[in-house]
Amino acid sequence: MGKTSSIIRGNLRQYVMIIALVSVIILFQISTEGVLLMPLNIANIISQNSYIFILAVGMLLAILTNGNIDLSVGSVCAVVGAISAVMVVKMDLPVFLGIGVGLGIGIIIGMWHGFWIAYAGVPAFIVTLAGMLIFRGLTMVILQGTSLAPMPDSYKFIASGFIAPDLQVAGLNLIAMIAGVVASILYVISQMVSRGNKRKYGFDVQSYKSLIPQMAGMIIIVNAFTYALASYKGIPMVLVLVIALVAIYTFITTKTIPGRHIYAYGGNTVAARLSGVNTKKVLFWVYVNMGLLSAVAGIVFTGRLNSATPKAGVGFELDAIAACFIGGASTTGGIGTVIGAIVGALLMGVLNNGMSIMGVSIDWQQTIKGLVLLAAVAFDVYSKSKTK
Amino acid sequence: MEQYILEMRNITKLFPGVKALDNVSIQVKAKHIHALVGENGAGKSTLMNVLSGVYPHGTYEGDIVVDGEVCGFRNIKESEAKGIAIIHQELALIPTLSIAENVFLGNERSDNGFIISWNRTRLETVKMLEKVGLKEHIDTKVKDIGVSKQQLVEIVKAMAKDVKILILDEPTAALNDEDSDHLLDLLLELKDHGITSIIISHKLNEVTKIADEITVIRDGKVIETLTKNVDDISEARIIKGMVGREMTDRFPKRTHKIGPISFEVKQWNAYDPKDETKHVLKDINLNARQGEVVGLAGLMGAGRTELAMSVFGRTFGKRITGQVIKDGKELIMHTAKDAISNGLAYATEDRKTAGLILMQDIRRNISLPSLEKISKHMIINEFQEIRVAEEYRKKLRIKSTGILQKTGNLSGGNQQKVVFSKWIYSDPDVLILDEPTRGIDVGAKYEIYSVINELAEKGKTIIMISSELPEILGMCDRIYVMNEGRIVGELGATEATPESVMHCIMNSH
Repeated sequence: MGKTSSIIRGNLRQYVMIIALVSVIILFQISTEGVLLMPLNIANIISQNSYIFILAVGMLLAILTNGNIDLSVGSVCAVVGAISAVMVVKMDLPVFLGIGVGLGIGIIIGMWHGFWIAYAGVPAFIVTLAGMLIFRGLTMVILQGTSLAPMPDSYKFIASGFIAPDLQVAGLNLIAMIAGVVASILYVISQMVSRGNKRKYGFDVQSYKSLIPQMAGMIIIVNAFTYALASYKGIPMVLVLVIALVAIYTFITTKTIPGRHIYAYGGNTVAARLSGVNTKKVLFWVYVNMGLLSAVAGIVFTGRLNSATPKAGVGFELDAIAACFIGGASTTGGIGTVIGAIVGALLMGVLNNGMSIMGVSIDWQQTIKGLVLLAAVAFDVYSKSKTK
Repeated sequence: MEQYILEMRNITKLFPGVKALDNVSIQVKAKHIHALVGENGAGKSTLMNVLSGVYPHGTYEGDIVVDGEVCGFRNIKESEAKGIAIIHQELALIPTLSIAENVFLGNERSDNGFIISWNRTRLETVKMLEKVGLKEHIDTKVKDIGVSKQQLVEIVKAMAKDVKILILDEPTAALNDEDSDHLLDLLLELKDHGITSIIISHKLNEVTKIADEITVIRDGKVIETLTKNVDDISEARIIKGMVGREMTDRFPKRTHKIGPISFEVKQWNAYDPKDETKHVLKDINLNARQGEVVGLAGLMGAGRTELAMSVFGRTFGKRITGQVIKDGKELIMHTAKDAISNGLAYATEDRKTAGLILMQDIRRNISLPSLEKISKHMIINEFQEIRVAEEYRKKLRIKSTGILQKTGNLSGGNQQKVVFSKWIYSDPDVLILDEPTRGIDVGAKYEIYSVINELAEKGKTIIMISSELPEILGMCDRIYVMNEGRIVGELGATEATPESVMHCIMNSH
C-alpha cells in the first residue's frame, strides 16, 4: 500500500499533466460546441503539431543531460527543408534523394554541435545559439530570400498523406478500423506477457479485477480514436511516424543501456563517469540524435507547408523546450519521459487549436501558453518542496 | 542553581512517520564546550536545526531557553540575533568571493544602511583573522584556500555576528589530524573569550579531549550526559551509550589468506589537470597481494585520492606515465570503463557528489557499472536487475523502504553500503576504497569493515585510503605512507603505530 502511494507521488506531475490535458480537451470540446473532437479537427491537431512532437522527443534527451537545451532546432528544420527543396524542386532530383540528403545534413549538423559541446566543452546554450544563427543565415543564403514551392506529392505524403484513404467501407476507413483492433490485441498481449514475466521472476502481479477494467478502458479509448480517424480519411501518415518515434524512444530511454546512461549523465555526471559511462560520447550522440530529429521535423514541416521558406521553423525550439518542461522534465537534468514530453506538446497543441477555433487571437494564445508553462513548472517546484 | 546559557526542554520533533526527537532536554553551561554524540540518524542534527530555527517554532514541541528567556525562532535570522550560529558540515561559503566578502555576507558593514563600508569590512576581517590564526590575505578567494582554512573563515563569519553559542556539525570530518588539532585548540581559545560551543562529532578522541560535557543521543532520545572529571568519559564508555551495547572490538576479525602479488603500480607519475606544470604524483611504486588489505595513510592533500583516480582509468591527471600491472599483465586504460572491464573498482571518498546518483533509486545505482551483465543486445533485463538489487540490499543490510528508494534519502552509512554493493556486483579483483567510513557512525563502520574483511577473505585485493589512522592500523595488513605526492614509507601491520606513520611523514620533508 505504502509502495503504490509513493509511486503515485513520484509520478504525480505526469498524472496531473494527463488530467490537465483531459480537462483542457473537455473544456474546449464544450466551448467549441464539439468542433474540437470532430474527425477532421483531430487529424488537424495531429498534423499541426507533428513536428513539435518530433522535436520534443529529441529535445527531451538533451534536457535529460543536465538540462541542456538545443536552441538551433528551428533553424536546422529550415535549412534541411531548404536543401531538400532545392534538390527536388529546383534540380528535379528524386524525392527519396532529397529526403535522404536532408536527413544526412541533420546528422552532420548534430555531429557539429555534439563535437563543440561534448569534446570542446563549449556550453550547449552557446553552441546551439550559434547554430540557430548559422543555420538561419544559411537557409536564407540557400533560398536566396525567396520561397520554393510547390513540393512534389510524394514529398508531401509524409506530412499530409493518409494511409489508403480510399479504402472505405460504409463511410469508414478500413485500415484505421483494423489498426484499432490490431492495436487493442497487441496491447492485451503485451500486458499478458509482462504479467507472465513478472510471475516468472516471482513479483507481485496486478489482479485481474483491476487489470480488466484498465485494459477495457484503454481499448475503448484507442478504438474511439481510430473510429474518429476512420470517419475522416483514415490514419495520417505522420501519425504513424510520430507513434513509431515515440515507441522507439520510449524503449531506448527505459529499457536500454544508452537510455540508462543518459539518465545517469543527468543525475550525476561525475558519478556516471566513475561508473564507466562514457559521458562525452553520451552527450555527443544526444546532439547527433537531435540533429537527425530536427531534419525529420524539417522535412515534415516543409511537406505540410508545401514550400521551403526562409522563415520556416522560427520559434520551434521554444515550443519543443516548453513541451518537455510542461511534461515533467527537470531543468537540471536526469528526470523526464518521452511520453511526458508528448503529453506536454499535445497540451499546448490542443490549447492552440481550441483557442483558434474559438477565435482567440494569436497574441493572446502566446500569453496563455506562457502562463501554462509557468504554472506547470511552478506546480512542480511546489510539489517537490512539499515532499521534502 | 547553576546558570545555563542554553536549555532545550522536552523537545519533540515529528517527521511524517518518524519521531526524530523524543522529549529531548539538554542544558549547556556558559563558556563550556558541549559535545553531542550519537550514531547517524540519532537526531543530533535535527536537534541543532530546531535550535537554530531551520525548523521554525511551532513545528516542534518543547521550549528553547536562551539566557533564561524562552525563545521561539521562526528562522535562522532570529536565532542569529540571539547569538546562535551554526556551521554545517557542508560549508556555506561562496567560493568565488573573497574571504572578507564572505565573512560579512548577509551581515554587511555599512554606515548608512545601504552602501557597504569596505574599510570597516576589511579592518574587522583582518582583526578577526588574526584572532583565529588564519594567515591568508583577506582578498583571497575562498575557492583558493583549503577546507581547513575555509572552516576558519566560517568561524570568523560567526564571530562577525557576535556569536555567543557556536554550533559545529562534524567540523573535523574533512580535516587531517594536524588541522583538526588546530581547530580544536581554537575552540578552547574561543571558550576563554566567552564563546560557548556545541560540537557534533563522530571522532570520540576529539570529543573526550575538549568537551566539558558530553550528551549521548540514541534513537531521538537523550541517553545520558557525562561531565568531565565527574563521570567516566572514556571512548568505550561513550560508545556503549551510543550503540546500546559494549563494543569490545571496533574492528572485526579476519582470517588472513594472503596470496601472490596481484596488483602493481610502477614508476607512476602524473601532473595536475588544471596546471600541467604541477607534478602531483612522483615516482610511485607499490604492490598489493591477493587477500591483502593495503592501507594508504597520509595527510590531506598527500596525493592519495589523486593516485587512486589516476590509476583507475586515468580519471585524474595529465601527462601520466608509468605502469599498472595486474596478475603479471600490464593494463592499458584510458577511461573508467577500461578500468572496470579490467577488474578494478574505485569507491570514491565523496559518495554524494561522485559516488551515487542521489535522485535515482538503489536499484539503478547498483546496476550502473554492470549494466552489460544484465542485458542482452543493449536491452536491460529489469527483472534480473531487481533481483540483483534485492540480493545486495539483503546481503549488506541496506536499511531502506525497498530497492526503489532514492539513494538521496538514505543515511550516510546506508549510502556507503549502496556504493559497496555497486562495486561488489561489478565483480572486481582489485578494490580501491577511498575513505570508506567517512562521516558514518560506529555501528555502520563495523558493518563496512566486515564487508571489507569478507572481500579480502574471498581473495580480492583491497587498497584502502583513510585519514583515520586507527582505522588504517586496525584494518590493514600493510601500510604505505604518502606525503606530497610520494610514497615515503612502507610499514607492516606489526611495526605500524601512529608514531611510526607520523615519523615517516615528518622525515620526508
